[in-house]
Amino acid sequence: MRSDPATLAALFLQFAVLSLFAVGGGGSAVPEMHRQTVEIARSLTDRQFSELFAIAQAAPGPNIMFVALLGHFIAGVPGAAIATVAMCGPSCILACAVAQVVERFRKARWRIAIQAGLVPVTIGLIAASALIIARGADRNWASLAITATTFAVVYWTRLSPLVVFACAALLGLVGFV
Amino acid sequence: MLVENKGWMTAHEFNDLLALCQFLPGPNIVNLCAVFGARMRGIPGGLACLVGLLGPSVVLMIAAGAAYRRFGALPEMHGVLSGLAAAAAGAVIAAAVKMAEPLVRVRLGPEHSVALATFVAVGVLHLSLPLVLLVIVPVSIGFAWRRADAK
Repeated sequence: MRSDPATLAALFLQFAVLSLFAVGGGGSAVPEMHRQTVEIARSLTDRQFSELFAIAQAAPGPNIMFVALLGHFIAGVPGAAIATVAMCGPSCILACAVAQVVERFRKARWRIAIQAGLVPVTIGLIAASALIIARGADRNWASLAITATTFAVVYWTRLSPLVVFACAALLGLVGFV
Repeated sequence: MLVENKGWMTAHEFNDLLALCQFLPGPNIVNLCAVFGARMRGIPGGLACLVGLLGPSVVLMIAAGAAYRRFGALPEMHGVLSGLAAAAAGAVIAAAVKMAEPLVRVRLGPEHSVALATFVAVGVLHLSLPLVLLVIVPVSIGFAWRRADAK
């Protein structure tokens, strides 16, 4: 963990760029966060990335708070604050600016085309996130079984995912995975 | 809460705002919150909403992060974290499949190629996200533009 100014500046820049490239929502940025922090900077391992992601999912609050956890792991408390501000600031400023003028463009053809064009890109990115998280998380039959069960429960039932998370953690505690 | 409990917005306004924030980049709920606050009370309102939404979570994440650094490598925690990570993977796969459902119902077309190309470029080849988006987003919007023509 290093919280020198250079690390913090780099962290800010990375997440600020991601903020504006996370099409369709914060989840779309997960593969790029992985690429930057695990593959390029080697600040953490595949496994740690997936574990931190899971902690953020299981915790209350917006799922994007994963960036705070990631920032904390890389650069401590200042890292958590800077990653959060960088990830949310640029997109919020953009959203506020666009919200001022958007009323006029609701039926504009280019707006409809942009919106429709971003949908398949977002789908591809969320699928990529799923692959990256699963690669860091699944290393044996037991963990694969937990992944498959969670998928089934979240996909086919209305049960809160948190119940499944709690069960998965318990299974882990008793040594199943 | 904004619509039902406080009556600060109509359901219609809320849906419009949500659609806008889903269309724009960045975390949707966070953007929604900032725009809402800014509409109510200008920039200070936007900031107040963000601090309210994110503040407690950031503190919680710092605590969780500190605990992870301290105890994450302990053998007792190893299993718990493995279980959690495996469950999170399942939840994200479910989210991806739910999102992809509308694609299954329409005839095979350029949208399918775009989704697949994005998945391979980012998920398998691990190319830079901004780079991939700068190429693929204009292409995808172009297809959507032509589709709107055909209708």
